[in-house]
Amino acid sequence: METVTITMKNQPKLYLEADNISPDKFAGKKASEIAALHAYEGREQTTLGKYFEIAGEGGATAADTRIVVKGDVSRVKYIGMKMSAGEVLVEQSPDMYTGAWMQGGKLIVKGSVDSFAGIGMKGGEFLVEGNAGDYLGAAYRGDWRGMQGGLIRVKGNAGSDIGYFMNGGTIIVHGNSDVHVGTHMEGGRIIVKGNAPSKVGGQMVGGEIFVYGTIDVMMPGFKYVQDEEVEVDGEKALFALYHGDTGERHPKRKGQIVYGKLYLKI
Amino acid sequence: MSKSVTDVICPFCGTLCDDLEVIVSDDGKKIEDIYNACAIGAEKFMHAQAPERVKRPRMQQPDGSYKEVSYDEAVEYTARMLFNAKKPLMYGWSSTSCEAQSVGHEIAEKVGAIVDNTATVCHGTTLIAVQDVGIPSCTLGEIKNRADRIIFWGCNPCHAHPRHQSRYSVFPRGFFTNKGHMNRKVIVVDPRVTDTAKLADYHYQVEQGRDYELLSAFRVALRNEPLPETVAGIPREKIIEGAEVMKSGRFGIIFFGMGVTQSLSKNHNIDNAIMLTKDLNEFTKFSIMAMRGHYNVTGSGQVLGWQFGYPFSVDLSRGFARYNPGETSSNDLLRRGEVDAVFVLGSDPGAHFPISSVKKIAELPSVCVDPHITPTSEISKLHVPVAFVGVEVGGNCYRMDNVPIEARKVVDPPEGVLTDVEFLTRVNARLDQLMGGK
Repeated sequence: METVTITMKNQPKLYLEADNISPDKFAGKKASEIAALHAYEGREQTTLGKYFEIAGEGGATAADTRIVVKGDVSRVKYIGMKMSAGEVLVEQSPDMYTGAWMQGGKLIVKGSVDSFAGIGMKGGEFLVEGNAGDYLGAAYRGDWRGMQGGLIRVKGNAGSDIGYFMNGGTIIVHGNSDVHVGTHMEGGRIIVKGNAPSKVGGQMVGGEIFVYGTIDVMMPGFKYVQDEEVEVDGEKALFALYHGDTGERHPKRKGQIVYGKLYLKI
Repeated sequence: MSKSVTDVICPFCGTLCDDLEVIVSDDGKKIEDIYNACAIGAEKFMHAQAPERVKRPRMQQPDGSYKEVSYDEAVEYTARMLFNAKKPLMYGWSSTSCEAQSVGHEIAEKVGAIVDNTATVCHGTTLIAVQDVGIPSCTLGEIKNRADRIIFWGCNPCHAHPRHQSRYSVFPRGFFTNKGHMNRKVIVVDPRVTDTAKLADYHYQVEQGRDYELLSAFRVALRNEPLPETVAGIPREKIIEGAEVMKSGRFGIIFFGMGVTQSLSKNHNIDNAIMLTKDLNEFTKFSIMAMRGHYNVTGSGQVLGWQFGYPFSVDLSRGFARYNPGETSSNDLLRRGEVDAVFVLGSDPGAHFPISSVKKIAELPSVCVDPHITPTSEISKLHVPVAFVGVEVGGNCYRMDNVPIEARKVVDPPEGVLTDVEFLTRVNARLDQLMGGK
């Protein structure tokens, strides 16, 4: 696997839209070619080379390409957007849309990510060692197909609206989340190992939400079913299972109504 | 002798009353009296006559004082500011005509600006919800003639839309509602006992920030599913009773305002309210409508919608339209430092935005186009006074139910004062020169 290291040298005055920082775009390119890739600062089309020092070259394919992003990237958006394979390591905290519409490969952020990280994600593995902002793994505005697959793991806390319109895949938050977990969720799994204040699973149709800590205010449309032992993230534990949201439409499968499942750790 | 101008449109709130009568002096220069308008609407007309009105553009000096400049200099400054900026913000558009908005959008497309209107701090969340789940709505005329279940959720029309209840929603006698308010049941959901709540048949004093739960609870009640004992501070029995009241009507309408669009849950509140409306249509006819504030904020959404596909927060910086409130909305852009120039027309962010955003406007090159002296004009580098739309110049406006109404001119503007359209057209022409016809 070939490694490309890009280091921030000139901070953008406004914010930099760098949707070309992805193994798919870097594959098969030399350092000088990577430096010539487009980036946008406001309406100005510039190049990555104007902002980043670039060392190394891309592998033959995306899968053979590893990108290490060094320096302060707090004003850089869209890192790892639509990446389908390979690996990206961000050493500090990037801005919005990190790993947006990600399809495969591995994206590791050592710092925190801002809002809209991993929106519309389809596959791959996305690890955030710090905190995540709002709309983690959510749908893009107006889209009713949110996250479809892949894994997002946040070691810290997450903001509000995680897994909005989620359809598949897994989101694991080791810390707390803010309001609105899995709103309009139709499938997939959200695991919050800390607390979630309120509005958990509102308008939920299907899928599973696990909360290890407390929920201050439950949604009215959740009814207790039974206690269940479930294996979550490699360990077994006992949970109280609730079905919901009973105010929302629910499809039938084999004569049985399919509900969204909310598990509260006992 | 004075003459009377009838059927005048009121350019104040989204109700866009179209029955005002304005008494104008014989020479057609002075407004003497206004009939039928509410106190706020009447004040808007009278304010145009104020002797202290600014009639020439003013440029802020380094010591904070203002120096009068010509319109030519104002056009030059505005065009250069937009030309030099990498990502200018063009905010406002809600208190002007659709014609002016259209010229503004042409400029925005040229300079790669972000166009945002006052919905961003108002009913923008409604527009997000509408995009997510659609909206079953109707016109105010239908409500007057048919509606017998009126729900005001998080809004206070007694003060914000003073003639709304008498013209459309509560008191008028319509075709199928010939007993006026005797035909109607009014439900108000508000944590405070507002004047609107005082005239309601049912007042749900919801806990602050729990509208989402209460909306869900109504939906659960409609499906006969079990409910907890209390939801959002409301006992279960009252929720079931409310659901029955809604179901038993022939035609119901939910009006909602800032109480739900800008409190906790924001767009999700509206999303759930729209889904409640959809659920109620299983039992009877139900509609839902946003209580839009500025008289032409709906028009701004309409014009942006047909020109770019999105109703607010439209980012044109890369030559094609993008939209994501949270990133491309004015407050986020200003607070994060994503824009390098601010152009404001037909709104007052200086009064409506958080102080952290207002400080940014004061730091950046900024132009404020507004007939009044406002907090925004006081912090902008350049203040350009213009004629009042709906008083001194006509133009198209959209009512809160998306019905277009042509505003009328009543008197002439003060001599030499440009209209929004004239000023923007001159800026647009100057930009063409600066860009060399590109």
